[in-house]
Amino acid sequence: MVKKLYLGLLFFFLYAPIIVLMVFSFNESRSGTVWTGFSLTWYEELFRDRRMQDAFRYTLLVAVISTAVSTFIGTFTAIGIQKLRPKWQAFALNVNYFPVINPEIVTAISLMMLYRSLRLDFGFATMLMSHIMFSIPYVILAVLPRLYALDKNLAEAAQDLGATPWQAIVKVIIPQIRPSIFTGALMAFTMSLDDFVISFFNSGGGVTNLSIEIYAMARRGIRPTVNALATLMVAVIFTVVLIANRISIRKAKS
Amino acid sequence: MDTKKLSYPYLVWITLTILVPMLLIFLYSIIEPGPEPLTFQFSLAHYLRALDGLHLQVLWGSFVIALASTAACLLIGYPAAWFISRLRARSQSQVILLLMMPMWINMLLRSYAWMTILSRNGILNSVLAFFGLPEQNLLYTDFAVILGMVYNFLPFMILPIYTAILKVDANLVDAARDLGASPGETFLKVIFPLSIPGIITGITMVFLPSMSSFVIPQLLGGGQFLMIGNLIERQYLLTGNWHFGSALAMLLMAFILLSVWLMKRFDPKSMDSGEGVIPW
Amino acid sequence: MKKLLGIALFVLTLAGCGNDGREQLFVYNWGEYMDPEAIRLFEDEFGVRVVYDTFDSNETMYQVLRAGTTQYDVVFPSDYKIERMISEGMLLPLDFDKLPNATHISENLLGLGFDPQNRYSVPYFWGTVGIVYDTKVVSGPVDSWSILWDEAYGGQIYMYDSQRDSLMVALKLLGYSLNTTDMDELAAARDLLIKQSPLVIAYVTDHVIMSMIAGNAALAVVYSGDAAFIMSENPNMNFAIPKEGTNLWVDAMVIPKGANNPDLAHAFINFMHRADIAEMNTRHVMYSTPNVLALEAVKGEVWADNFAYNPPREVLDGIPMEMFRDPGAYLEIYDRIWSEVLIGAR
Repeated sequence: MVKKLYLGLLFFFLYAPIIVLMVFSFNESRSGTVWTGFSLTWYEELFRDRRMQDAFRYTLLVAVISTAVSTFIGTFTAIGIQKLRPKWQAFALNVNYFPVINPEIVTAISLMMLYRSLRLDFGFATMLMSHIMFSIPYVILAVLPRLYALDKNLAEAAQDLGATPWQAIVKVIIPQIRPSIFTGALMAFTMSLDDFVISFFNSGGGVTNLSIEIYAMARRGIRPTVNALATLMVAVIFTVVLIANRISIRKAKS
Repeated sequence: MDTKKLSYPYLVWITLTILVPMLLIFLYSIIEPGPEPLTFQFSLAHYLRALDGLHLQVLWGSFVIALASTAACLLIGYPAAWFISRLRARSQSQVILLLMMPMWINMLLRSYAWMTILSRNGILNSVLAFFGLPEQNLLYTDFAVILGMVYNFLPFMILPIYTAILKVDANLVDAARDLGASPGETFLKVIFPLSIPGIITGITMVFLPSMSSFVIPQLLGGGQFLMIGNLIERQYLLTGNWHFGSALAMLLMAFILLSVWLMKRFDPKSMDSGEGVIPW
Repeated sequence: MKKLLGIALFVLTLAGCGNDGREQLFVYNWGEYMDPEAIRLFEDEFGVRVVYDTFDSNETMYQVLRAGTTQYDVVFPSDYKIERMISEGMLLPLDFDKLPNATHISENLLGLGFDPQNRYSVPYFWGTVGIVYDTKVVSGPVDSWSILWDEAYGGQIYMYDSQRDSLMVALKLLGYSLNTTDMDELAAARDLLIKQSPLVIAYVTDHVIMSMIAGNAALAVVYSGDAAFIMSENPNMNFAIPKEGTNLWVDAMVIPKGANNPDLAHAFINFMHRADIAEMNTRHVMYSTPNVLALEAVKGEVWADNFAYNPPREVLDGIPMEMFRDPGAYLEIYDRIWSEVLIGAR
């Protein structure tokens, strides 16, 4: 009872502003603060707005790839780090914290200078690399505590029984830390979707993402087409979760 | 194959993408343009400037807000993580997903929505007026700033704690109860200690980035909360003095590493460089 | 394996857009500062592709140009930034033989301090900074910045969270130049702003537009183009340019050195001042156009028929206007003063 009430309140808190911006996606006027009447104008505009659609595709593409890559690298790195000598562990972890500590502008500018000195073309690739770079620390942070808590004898036992170290990792360690890998991936995905400053300085050539569009738009007031897009996103995810839930219930029953 | 070699590629990678740029920023912070064009000379002037009262005041203000936000996230997030871990196994990952989903909507959009809720002619006041309650001016207050920060960082506290609690064996809890421990004792002696690694990760993930974030305090605090992240960004973009900006960034980094080191000193578990604690 | 294949396919479809062999023009503009239809028309007429990126401030734009991450052909900076870019040799002199439509630009907006000979820039939009006020709350005439220090409106005032814009207000009220480098004058302006701070409900940025439309405050310092938008959405709001003077600003089109396609860039700038295109843009953006033909075409429109969009000649002549100049090293002093004001406001 307490559990349901607490989680209910928590989700109300988390979704209150989301509901507000969803409601205003149906607003007639451009204002995100005053309700003037129901309309689907912004949805129509969204389907005409090529720029917004491109930004959305790039956003999703970068988020999906950077999550996959950073989760992969982050997980295996964490497994490796844990085996390093303590001094090197401390070094790796401290450096790992830098992008988390640093103001985004510092990371953004230093990456921009790095790519510039490597004579890279700014665009999709540089944006993607930056996202991978700032996501990995979060994956490592998420995976590591669970690795430390793992029974150290487990992997050794597996190897004693004839498993190669690789098999021990894939068959024994990874299944044990799966929830924290999931958590790390979720965080990487979230960091990627929400980033503005680093993306701004490390993209170009017509490659943009939703954050860049939204921040640039903010000066004249954000158009509710963005709200419409957010509403569709939330609706799609909710539907998927609901269906997944149904399927798992059915599976549990049969 | 040696497992630790798995970390080598990343060590090379962070050396290139993090350490080298950081060294450059450090270098920037200790030099200034020399008398001739394109010459540089060693100088500590930027640090002296960074350490003056005004900037320390800004740094302290950011620390207080980050600390308050982290504490609030922990207080709200711990029970949440606990309750989620007690849900039916198959709905847990879906609840976690739904917990994270609001963060997928752009931060600016979410903050604006909060402003629409909290502002003088906003939604909250309309609801209060409907029930005949007095109007509240919540926007542009300390409360609004902390609320915005908690809103933005809460999932990063809940998730690590949840994964830590998840591994607490239900049998362990039952055993404690069978041996006569009260629910309170069971929690304090069995569950809480096992969730400490999650708490530490959570604090790290909330405290570190919130020290340098400034958009939320700027919007919900009405610009009256000057944050160190804002000060640094202004040096890089507005004044174009990267030397001073770099000195401020190094100061921030030193300050955070120091406070984390202090936190570690007060954490008895890490004394024996022990189980489940991130080594520093 | 199937899953992986699925993801790979998904990724490929998402990535499936690229260059189709048409000539390309790289344009870098403020967000929401051009009708997308104007770009489409240009692409159709010239058979080219416009690669369009947006920025959110002069400062971020400047850093990107300095780093040269993308070689842009046409950029839209503001006056003081153009002055800086000219002095640093970042801009290409324009060839006005290729810009016949530049003759449509009002003479009042030519020969201004940032580009005195009009060699490097063609004005795109312009405006002033003034006070937007709620006529239902504010009684009496609004004609002076001093109303922002009137205790009757305590807790009802929005200031701008920007060093130069807020300092400008205090400096003008004190009768000083908004480009002053006199430390005593700057200190006086700082003290005046700190004295004002208890009356200020918030130092805002972009959100002032939505907040004033919602009527969350009685008075706000606002750019004229935004004021025109606020007034068109909330009829209770009005705009005034204080008699002590204000900032006159111009955003203009320039061609950076190293542009890949200067000819096409000239064609683009020229296209922007064709009467119908200039009209299309000013209707879309609601900022004041320097193009006299476009201005004539929108006369009588509700949003254009006001002080903010089209201040009458006699008003402009009666009020001392000044433009921001590139402050050079003084930026750091302004920055420090602004930090002191915000800390003092707490």
